[in-house]
Amino acid sequence: MTRQICVDGNEAAALVAHRLSEVVAIYPITPASPMGELADAWSSAGRTNLWGSVPEVVEMQSEAGAAGALHGATQKGALATTFTASQGLLLMIPNMYKIAGELSPVVVHVAARSLATHALSIFGDHSDVMAARQTGWAMLCASSVQEAHDFALVAHAATLRSRVPFLHFFDGFRTSHEIDKISVLDDDDLTALIREDDVLAHRFRGLSPDRPVLRGTAQNPDVFFQAREAANLFHDAVPATVQEVMDELGARTGRHHRLVEYVGAPDAERVVVLMGSGVGAATEAVEALAGAGEKVGAIVVRLYRPFPTDAFLDALPDSVRSIAVLDRTKEPGAPAEPLCQDVTTTLARAASSGRVGSMPLVIGGRYGLSSKEFTPAMVKAVFDELSSTSPRSAFTVGIRDDVTGLSLDVDSSFTVPTRAVQAVFWGLGADGTVGANKASIKIIGEHTDQWAQGYFVYDSRKSGAVTTSHLRFGPEPIRSTYLIERADFVACHQWSFLTQPVDVLGTARQGATFLLNSPYRADEVWSHLPVEIQGQILDQDLDLWVIDAARVAREAGMANRINTVMQPCFFVLSGVLPRDEAVTAIKASIERNYGKRGRAIVEQNNAAVDAALEALERVEVPALAVGDTHRRPPVPPEAPDFVQRVTARMLAGEGDLLPVSALPVDGTFPTGTARWERRMIAAELPVWDPDICIDCGKCTISCPHTAIQMKVYEPSTVDGAPEGFLHKDFRSRDLPGHALTIQVAPDDCTGCGVCVDVCPAKSKEQANHKALNMAPADEIRADERPRYEFFRSIPYLDRDALPHDTIKGSQVLEPLFEFSGACAGCGETPYLHLLTQLFGDRMVVANATGCSSIYGGNLPTTPWSVNGDGRGPAWANSLFEDNAEFGLGLRLGNEVHRSEAERLVAELSERIGRDLADAILGAVQSGDGDVREQRARVAQLRERLDGATDRSGRRLFLLADELVRTSTWIVGGDGWAYDIGSGGLDHVLASGRDVNVLVLDTEVYSNTGGQASKSTARGAIAKFAAAGKDAPKKDLGATARHYGNVFVGQVAIGASEQQTIKTLLEADAWPGPSLVIAYSTCIAHGIDMSTSISHMKDAVRSGYWPLYRFHPGLEDAGHHPFQLDSRKPQIPLRAFTGTEARYGMLHRSDPERAEMLGALAQADVDERWRYYEQLAEVERSVPHAPGEVPEPAHDDTEQPDA
Amino acid sequence: MPDLSTTYLGLALRSPIVASPGPATRTVDSMAALEDAGVAAVVLPSLFEEQIEADEQALHDTLEAGTDMFAEALDYFPSMGDYDTGPDRYLAVVEQARARLGIPVIASLNGASMGGWIRYARLLQDAGADALELNLYEVHVDPQRTAADVEDSDIALMEAVATAVDIPVAAKLSPYYSAFASFAVRASQTPISGLVLFNRFYQPDLDLDTLDVVPSVELSSPWELRLPLRWIAVLRGQVACSLAATSGVHDGLDVAKALLVGADVAMTTSAVLHHGVAHPASMERELVAWMEDHEYVSVSQLRGSVRREAAVDPEAFERTDYRKTLSSWR
Repeated sequence: MTRQICVDGNEAAALVAHRLSEVVAIYPITPASPMGELADAWSSAGRTNLWGSVPEVVEMQSEAGAAGALHGATQKGALATTFTASQGLLLMIPNMYKIAGELSPVVVHVAARSLATHALSIFGDHSDVMAARQTGWAMLCASSVQEAHDFALVAHAATLRSRVPFLHFFDGFRTSHEIDKISVLDDDDLTALIREDDVLAHRFRGLSPDRPVLRGTAQNPDVFFQAREAANLFHDAVPATVQEVMDELGARTGRHHRLVEYVGAPDAERVVVLMGSGVGAATEAVEALAGAGEKVGAIVVRLYRPFPTDAFLDALPDSVRSIAVLDRTKEPGAPAEPLCQDVTTTLARAASSGRVGSMPLVIGGRYGLSSKEFTPAMVKAVFDELSSTSPRSAFTVGIRDDVTGLSLDVDSSFTVPTRAVQAVFWGLGADGTVGANKASIKIIGEHTDQWAQGYFVYDSRKSGAVTTSHLRFGPEPIRSTYLIERADFVACHQWSFLTQPVDVLGTARQGATFLLNSPYRADEVWSHLPVEIQGQILDQDLDLWVIDAARVAREAGMANRINTVMQPCFFVLSGVLPRDEAVTAIKASIERNYGKRGRAIVEQNNAAVDAALEALERVEVPALAVGDTHRRPPVPPEAPDFVQRVTARMLAGEGDLLPVSALPVDGTFPTGTARWERRMIAAELPVWDPDICIDCGKCTISCPHTAIQMKVYEPSTVDGAPEGFLHKDFRSRDLPGHALTIQVAPDDCTGCGVCVDVCPAKSKEQANHKALNMAPADEIRADERPRYEFFRSIPYLDRDALPHDTIKGSQVLEPLFEFSGACAGCGETPYLHLLTQLFGDRMVVANATGCSSIYGGNLPTTPWSVNGDGRGPAWANSLFEDNAEFGLGLRLGNEVHRSEAERLVAELSERIGRDLADAILGAVQSGDGDVREQRARVAQLRERLDGATDRSGRRLFLLADELVRTSTWIVGGDGWAYDIGSGGLDHVLASGRDVNVLVLDTEVYSNTGGQASKSTARGAIAKFAAAGKDAPKKDLGATARHYGNVFVGQVAIGASEQQTIKTLLEADAWPGPSLVIAYSTCIAHGIDMSTSISHMKDAVRSGYWPLYRFHPGLEDAGHHPFQLDSRKPQIPLRAFTGTEARYGMLHRSDPERAEMLGALAQADVDERWRYYEQLAEVERSVPHAPGEVPEPAHDDTEQPDA
Repeated sequence: MPDLSTTYLGLALRSPIVASPGPATRTVDSMAALEDAGVAAVVLPSLFEEQIEADEQALHDTLEAGTDMFAEALDYFPSMGDYDTGPDRYLAVVEQARARLGIPVIASLNGASMGGWIRYARLLQDAGADALELNLYEVHVDPQRTAADVEDSDIALMEAVATAVDIPVAAKLSPYYSAFASFAVRASQTPISGLVLFNRFYQPDLDLDTLDVVPSVELSSPWELRLPLRWIAVLRGQVACSLAATSGVHDGLDVAKALLVGADVAMTTSAVLHHGVAHPASMERELVAWMEDHEYVSVSQLRGSVRREAAVDPEAFERTDYRKTLSSWR
């Protein structure tokens, strides 16, 4: 009997790909990463392929590298595969041409995703695969999880039979991350379809000195063209080969697929054509409409390249009069999108050849870009358009286009009938809601006859994120490839969501069940509900149930994880399973999921299950709404216009409703918007005790969210301060007679606890009372709000008042990076807010894709901010792989404009005034004060040029700001700097240009879930290095230091704030390239993130992360550029790595290997230190022309670690 | 050559020198080296139920942190085949030690709940432990809990565990029971087979820079033997069960003292840590030399010959330090 399991599309594809491969070249990219992770984990665990070998899984430095390895492996006759998406696929394209041109059988599995254009998007559409359609690869599209499983096999079999490489794709997220019940292909199925002769033939074609050949020649005009045509027959044969394989699959499994399939009325007159996950919604709509007598149908394209023209024409009913082709991509400037063009061409040729009687009307529309919802109602809108008197030849569906008027009106009341139970769950990231729902799907799907589907929507924030789970269960296979619109069951797992600006009950159907995790009992909850929620409960006649899940979980010892408390309540209330059966199944699931983690975990979860149903209560809903609790608005009324009109809608979950006109045309957004979110996610907030505070500034410099800030001001400033506003005398010889306040932003703090952890000031009377102490947020938030508002109104200290090279001196400066949505306790963000304090008003940032581009630039808001003068960091993200080059381009633009401005100043010096002109041109702008003086001169210059009408005067007026020194910062993580962007980074550092590079080094690809990079240290486990990384970490600084003229600094802010500040100041001041490598603790290290900053101390003390500065010098002799800023290792490496799960887990899973790698890692540390000590003795200078570069000041004093 | 054989918890031992819990009894290799050096039995470091649970919880918390929060990173660690939580690794050491060593292997257990004590005791028995030492390691800080409460609960525990397993059970006691003799006699009347005197508690220290409380582990000093000497001398003759002296047993002469006051075995950890796993051989040589010098022919002859009632000055075991000091001065 066929085994049925519940998996997502990625796993479904990987389950086949891993068994049919010998070489798997991988690189992380959302949403395809899980396929590579699974392949790596399976090979690490010794799982074999169909031939009994463990596939070799190798992580490459980029997708371009993966494609190169794939190309090489297939040229050696190995069975090879890779997984990718989006930009990754683009990087593979050069090799794809080669692989196809050489008729090399290989499969790439793609979780199709948007390409970055005006913005990056991780979500699904076909813009990536459409960009590869011209490479000569066959393209096979799966529209469901089962098809992703089946077509993976079809692709691997067909490539071997046809020799044409296959790109097997399915929609990112909607299919790659949707969990469905599927029938599993067993090894016999695979063996039956993968013909051994094809495998052997492929191997035999592989390069071997025993049968030498030459491949990859350079050809001339005489033969290239003919040779290009020589492979035609192979491509022509592909459709028949694919159908042959599909038929064999159908014969074995009963699942019959066609290259092109038709569903709908046999006499359809109107037809839609599409491929991918939208097929589910289209099929439902067609069946509903055809069932109601409408003559409609849908053509589903499975094989897209080579385009199966015959199969298409065969599938199309003769009765069809009009066709709407739906493309999930956008090709600006094309007469139509690609699928539409293919269909049109096919029909035109068929009509001209007489194969079809007349050319039907063909119109084309775009839908579903970036996982935009695509529903049966939208499909109906397309059919309605085809019925209209003059259908638009080009349209969009799913949005409201009020600019070009292309969008179709959608009747959202149109829904299709379903026999499935539909449930929506609102949870908080990491509260276990999603995990429990995934478990519920498996319970139902794998242990009952019912079909099950789960899809999960995540937040773009990494702390305090809201998740929604959409679960369907029913007696029939579920094809609804869109979010639930009419839920039978809604669960809200967090009480706080009720007052947030999201519509928790928006999907509840009339009479639905509403399960609420409530701190209030059934008889008291009503009056505590916001009146909007009460109104919805009454209007929708909802059946309300409450449970104090937090209490039940706490009593079972589960902290904030309420998953196994809410899960049995769902089962009982939804009636999906009988109560006892549900409890037994949940406990079995707990054993499966947590058994490996220990008996205590299983027992506490079981206890929670037992206690849950006892605590579940039904609420007798009163007839009227009461109370005055309201859902809060998304942003306060004082927020700026754009934030009110656009950002607020996104925050309220209404971004889908924004019309085209609301969005910028070129992806440009205002900064400083995170401050309007006021997310209130902290359970606890720090409380400042000024009597104990020693003014050290460690709390504010360490705060990952810039949510605790420091101001120093004239004491009279606090006149009129709100009650309870705290302040103290500021201890400073440089600035006597001033007051200091440390203030938390109560609605923006995440409650991570880092500030309390780093606070060194303890009460003399009570050692556990510090100058900062956490307190329950609910008790103090309301009181703190007016104090924080007052604090914000206090002007920042003059930037000249204190030197910037101390913690205090830097912390009184205005941060222009605040309230990021990074993980609570993030080790990267303190560097960024410090950077903005030092240089924020003259910074341009090129930000590599990764964590920092997400918490920095993922809508709805950004933490990058502006000061009172309207100045602040200008930020842009290009790509992952090109960030250094992108930053250099920004710098070059800056330099050419500055040169031109200087030339114009010289040209117009008489008009400007010679003194001013000379002062501007002669200005040395190495420090902050110099820059501000120059800015004043430029203001003067502008005044003098105001109203100029001549060309030079006008140009200088506009370019004048370029005369002020800009600080160009190229920021990114280790995945970029060590791996994918390594070549570009090297080139930019070699350019000699005045750019500053900040590498936020977490030693893994943090943003995609912790895959190993070349920065990952030996012995650490990571995804793609599940057995512990063999090779030592790359010394990134070494490459840069070898140039001699690159300033290089290695810092760890939690180990030495002072050294970090000085390093950043020196990097900025160095007039050539600078590289700062910043140790950044990360949730992927497996540490307590409330100690994430202080944790860096042991990284330095153990020698794991030495602090140093390499300061190029211009002296002729005697200059020692390399300066070690930390002391010789004081503790063994084990004392540091032993506190991190990334090292500890290998000791659990493979202690012998862990010991072996641990010893080597200690040797790495010892050897590096020995080498660095020698480096510190080396004299070296930068050869330079006289007067070529000024020597900036820098501090030679040693900066011992804290 | 005197006869060194003795009996402890009903187990026949070739000598009275036993390796008590410490780094040297953590691995099978070092236990084998101890056997080669002549120790008559090994006691493994304690299996701590509380530690196991805390460890599982920490692992679980780490694996769950940040999960299912953000679409690009639904988790942060690869799935590992084995997380090695629970007692499996400890049980494997017991099993391997039992298979490799010729001397008795005594497991040690510190439970956190009655159910845990019994469950883990049975697991240790099943793994092949020849005997079980109950590590009654608890600091009673709750002022609502009386001495009687503590004693009753410890007695109940000894009864329950010793009844639940078939192998002999010893209880390692703290010296802080207010009426120790009474409690020890009560304990000896339960089904346990021996008492180990005494447990050394790790005492906290302060870091004067951070004001943090830091756990501090110091090796025992020879003078610490005096406490078990006193109480073994007092108990021998009043209890029928085995008595083991531990704390401050550093050389063969210390072993001789322990035996003289009535111990069946003397256990050593710190001296092994300090001098290495071969040290028991030199302890044994010193013991033999002393016995030969003093013409003792066997351990059984020696054992208890200076117990309280057999001592020249029985009251010396009862006096406080103050009186002793005065008398010394006089």
